[in-house]
Amino acid sequence: MRVFHSLRAFSLAAGLVAGAGLATVATPARAAEGAMHYPEVRFSFDGLFGHFDRASAQRGFQVYKEVCSNCHSMHLLSYRNLSELGLSDAEVRAIAATVQVQDGPNDEGQMFERPARPSDRFRSPFANEKAARAANNGALPPDLSVITKAREGGAEYIHALLMGYEDPPAGVTLMPGMNYNKYFAGHQIAMAQPLSSEGQVEYTDGTKPTVEQMVEDVSQFLTWAAEPELEQRKSLGVKMVLFLTVLGGLAYAVKRKVWADVH
Amino acid sequence: MASGLHKSDVANPVLNWIDARLPVITMMQKEYGTFPTPRNFNYFWNFGALAMVNLLIMIATGIFLSMHYTAHTSMAFDSVERIMRDVNYGWLLRYAHANGASMFFIVVYTHIWRGLYYGSYKAPRELLWMLGVVIFLLMMATAFMGYVLPWGQMSFWGATVITNLFSALPLIGPDIVTFLWGGFSVDNPTLNRFFSLHYLMPFVIFGVVFLHVAALHITGSNNPLGIDPKGPQDTLPFHPYYTAKDSVGLVAYFAVFAILVFFFPNALGHPDNYIPANPLVTPPHIVPEWYFLPFYAILRAVPDKLGGVIMMFASIAILFVLPWLDTSPVRSMRFRPLARPFLFTWLVSFFVLLYCGGKPPEEPYVTISRVAAAYYFLYFLVILPLLGRLERPLPLPESIARPVLRGGGPVMAGAMSKPMEKA
Repeated sequence: MRVFHSLRAFSLAAGLVAGAGLATVATPARAAEGAMHYPEVRFSFDGLFGHFDRASAQRGFQVYKEVCSNCHSMHLLSYRNLSELGLSDAEVRAIAATVQVQDGPNDEGQMFERPARPSDRFRSPFANEKAARAANNGALPPDLSVITKAREGGAEYIHALLMGYEDPPAGVTLMPGMNYNKYFAGHQIAMAQPLSSEGQVEYTDGTKPTVEQMVEDVSQFLTWAAEPELEQRKSLGVKMVLFLTVLGGLAYAVKRKVWADVH
Repeated sequence: MASGLHKSDVANPVLNWIDARLPVITMMQKEYGTFPTPRNFNYFWNFGALAMVNLLIMIATGIFLSMHYTAHTSMAFDSVERIMRDVNYGWLLRYAHANGASMFFIVVYTHIWRGLYYGSYKAPRELLWMLGVVIFLLMMATAFMGYVLPWGQMSFWGATVITNLFSALPLIGPDIVTFLWGGFSVDNPTLNRFFSLHYLMPFVIFGVVFLHVAALHITGSNNPLGIDPKGPQDTLPFHPYYTAKDSVGLVAYFAVFAILVFFFPNALGHPDNYIPANPLVTPPHIVPEWYFLPFYAILRAVPDKLGGVIMMFASIAILFVLPWLDTSPVRSMRFRPLARPFLFTWLVSFFVLLYCGGKPPEEPYVTISRVAAAYYFLYFLVILPLLGRLERPLPLPESIARPVLRGGGPVMAGAMSKPMEKA
């Protein structure tokens, strides 16, 4: 009889999990639109104990700063956030100071430029959407602050997209100004291959800046930018699940004890 | 003793003084302490309490989120991301609130299923059931408006599609839509009123939940056998028996909730909602949140817009009259050998609709949706009314206590009434 009860409890718990699972299966149904499969990449932040590879993310920031930021804004990030990647206060200050941002109005009513401070948001490359489109052949480079959360596949998608440039297959005519990318929806992307040659960025830590390495680093950086809470979230999650397992055992023992005289 | 005072049994003099003037302690003792509860509940009976806890979690997290949220089209998206980045444990608040909505629907769907399977909607619990359907409707409205608040692409386009459904109504339709929007498109006035209503509705839900529980404490709970308790031997005091049993379910619920929040916080959301709303760019497929998909599938299964809207609302409204559609006097499906497989088929049709609702509106999903939607209604409108007359239910056990004393549980119930041995 006890067996029956625990069996039923188990089937209910399983039902809960299955319900959640089913919902998960049902929702990314829209992933099927493109039915795109991205090459599997193993990132340090995957899994229950995932964490950011800070050296890689720092290099990724360098790639962003030197390449991506020419067109893509990241307006939700501040320079001060970079200290989470292991940069010292002085380094963050120095990075911010290389950028001129607009401030004002001053006492004369004029807007003026000054070096950025750690509290400033990342400077956007364009003043507004129209300016961005005008400079990019009509296409709008999306803001990258939460890009890994905003695309099916997340970091794997970013990785696949940046590695996915190739010559169009025979019979495919590209629209003017477009590039062929096997992982982009519709395969025609306005962005020219941004990371195309080894050594495009000069790493200071001795890492060899192959294209693959740069892509991996920038994927790492963008994931951190989109989910800066990831490490804290996962480590708290592990503790929560352990705690609940113990608490569940205790609750079940109490229940058995309370019910002992009824069965 | 002064006249007009309640005669309180509370020992503590201070509490006794209060209880004599406002007998809340006596009431709690009566409703949650000694409250006689059927002794044979299975774990499905946890879900009412779980739903209550879930509602409180949603209200608590929601109140703190609203302290940091800005209901303006130009700021809403960034204010939500600011909560994720700069508010202490803001990510936990927001992920708990967003996944809490999904958990709420998982819990409530299970709770409704429990009611359907064990016939909890039948006399004398019709009004209790109908209040539950009201809560379900209010929940759906609240969840829908909450999903609009982050002002992402799916927020905006979901709001556009769903509010536009009302335009299908003849004559007054377009005016109603303008009225809902507060303008001529989904825009800042829409966002503002949705925020206001999203904050209001949970308290309305709380009120109806109170009525739901009050009605429950008049009729008493149903139970897996679906027969009435015949005396004290059939019941147990709510505390400590069911407080202990609910605690087990609560921890299991928190475990599932925690796994979602901490490890898969965005699994049930749509990535497009991390793209700020843009009225000029329509996403390729506009999909509602997963818990609306069965009803969305019914909407799309009907080729006519107005017809689809009517069928969608009817699919929930039909639950209001379910107590009268089901003509069988037997509550629990354990004793209804014919109805049981039909009900399980209905459950399959529900999941099929959920699956199809997330697919693009093309073949074969449209045909599958139509078949499933047809069965969904057929079960309520034809099968249940007919079965009440045609079906020969299995003999019911004499009382709750006897089968339970012999061993408890569904199989044991058979021990005393032979014909249902293989139920």
